[in-house]
Amino acid sequence: MSLSALSMALYSAIPQGIIWGIMALGVYLSFRLLNIADMSCEGTFASGAAISAILMVNHGFNPYLTLIFSILIGFIGGMITGIMHTKFKIPAILAGILTQLGLYSINLHIMGASNVPLLRIDTVFNTFAALTGLDNTTSTIIVGLGFAMIVVALIYAFFGTEIGSAIRATGCNPSMAKAQGIDTDNMIIIGLGLSNALIALSGALVSQSQGYADVKIGQGAIVIGLAAIIIGEVLLSAVFKRGNFVAKFSFVFLGSIFYRIIVSLVLQMGLNTDDLKLFSAILVMIALATPAYLEHQRTRSAYNASLKGDHHA
Amino acid sequence: MLRIEHLSKTFNGHTINERKALNDINLTLNDGDFVTVIGGNGAGKSTLLNMIAGVYPMDSGKIILDDIDISLMPQSKRARYIGRVFQDPMMGTAADMQIEENLALARRRGSKRGLAWEVSEAERQQYRQLLRSLDLHLEDRLTQQVGLLSGGQRQALTLLMATLIKPSLLLLDEHTAALDPKTAAKVLELTESLVKTHHLTTLMITHNMKDAIRLGNRLIMMHEGRIIFEADGPTKSNLTVEALLEKFESASGQQLSNDRMLLV
Ligand SMILES: Nc1ncnc2c1ncn2[C@@H]1O[C@H](COP(=O)(O)OP(=O)(O)OP(=O)(O)O)[C@@H](O)[C@H]1O
Ligand SMILES: [Mg+2]
Repeated sequence: MSLSALSMALYSAIPQGIIWGIMALGVYLSFRLLNIADMSCEGTFASGAAISAILMVNHGFNPYLTLIFSILIGFIGGMITGIMHTKFKIPAILAGILTQLGLYSINLHIMGASNVPLLRIDTVFNTFAALTGLDNTTSTIIVGLGFAMIVVALIYAFFGTEIGSAIRATGCNPSMAKAQGIDTDNMIIIGLGLSNALIALSGALVSQSQGYADVKIGQGAIVIGLAAIIIGEVLLSAVFKRGNFVAKFSFVFLGSIFYRIIVSLVLQMGLNTDDLKLFSAILVMIALATPAYLEHQRTRSAYNASLKGDHHA
Repeated sequence: MLRIEHLSKTFNGHTINERKALNDINLTLNDGDFVTVIGGNGAGKSTLLNMIAGVYPMDSGKIILDDIDISLMPQSKRARYIGRVFQDPMMGTAADMQIEENLALARRRGSKRGLAWEVSEAERQQYRQLLRSLDLHLEDRLTQQVGLLSGGQRQALTLLMATLIKPSLLLLDEHTAALDPKTAAKVLELTESLVKTHHLTTLMITHNMKDAIRLGNRLIMMHEGRIIFEADGPTKSNLTVEALLEKFESASGQQLSNDRMLLV
């Protein structure tokens, strides 16, 4: 493999990392702020893609305008998971799987097929490329960064408001939140809605950038999101001792870009694309298992050290 | 005023783990009453407070607070009227959030939360002043994570949060049990002063018999989900630990046993 081919592959990993990063930020809201592993994301990601694609292809909508509908459908999907979980006491993982399963059929209905190509359709990316004369990858990076920055700013501002703060308290300490009069059920419903709104927005952007929407486009999304979050956190802890939320959110995007770079590297090194999901699963498993393993090691070495101490005494 | 009528609660009903935690409790607190609650392990003290706060649905009975029947009100709605401090210092605050954010959450207890900024500059001044009065050197640490505070600091902060909006009822569940004696004394002192300045109606579970006698104007003793002894006024202030233990034995036919109980 030539060096230029490698650098091309790495460069094209960046725009993918940015627009999938919006999805990862959505997963961050549910997984880190609400402490819920929300499986609905695979469905809402595809819903966002489906509705955006069909509105452009069949109804001639402006590509930017379709994103509002994507955000809306994602929000509703997340709220449904939240309602199942809080009002009907269905375990969060199962509630997410139910939403995801239901959305699979709904997405097929929306698209009328399992795949909708965006042939000769204006997207937020190619219109920008046409306007500026920049190549596809660079346009996607610039437009993607624009969306990323708006999303980070809005989400950051939201979590500084009374409701945003109440959502954080709900995830951090539900008994405290309830004692302070916070309706934790509603906060979880809104929080999951918001999380999936971002995920659906990301789905729409991803479909617009790759030129088609597919009912399976969200497969493995939660794992990709988690990988981005964890890589981002490792990078963050290497740079700051304690980052504020802007840093935390931004590093989710950085994690997402790094994840794409790792993926494109292992593909360049000859990993079969069929094995990519296995690779991602193992990567996330190792990352999630590491804290527990380190803790175990610490306990062990502390115990061994104390034995040595006794021996000398 | 708090009125509890025929309150009962059984956990895990109709299973082998069935526990009758509260058995026909009747209790009235007048405004400004400061009632200490003592009893052995599993007597139902925490359950009583949890039922008042709405943590669990009740089996039967009625709870009326300030002439409002709160029996069926969800916990988050009741919180408007009730301030709480728990035994576990971790329970009352959000560890990952800043001191001022925790206070701001408490300041909005009972009011609608919208899209206004969580912490305004005016509030910040107020919090700084309040924290200064605690004398724990927290006034310059407003933006620090609460998780960095000691247990005592967290309990003091939780007390402040519970009383930031004056509650109709303050519920304290062994809120000094997890603290070292010196810190416990300090938190208790703060409790007394807050109750006094705000004239708070208070229900305080304690594991310390002396505190139970010394503090407040009334005392109740619980055993197996019932109130087995009550004292108020001079009768209460003239009690001794020995007399209390005797009362317990004669009313329950058992020795008082509580693994956290302090008799001296
Ligand atoms: N959530 C619950 N589920 C099942 N049983 C419970 C629950 N909470 C309390 N109980 C049971 O109810 C009884 C009363 O418990 P409670 O915690 O009210 O006692 P307590 O007087 O506070 O005791 P302690 O001094 O040990 O704190 C106990 O038998 C306890 O096991
Ligand atoms: Mg208890």
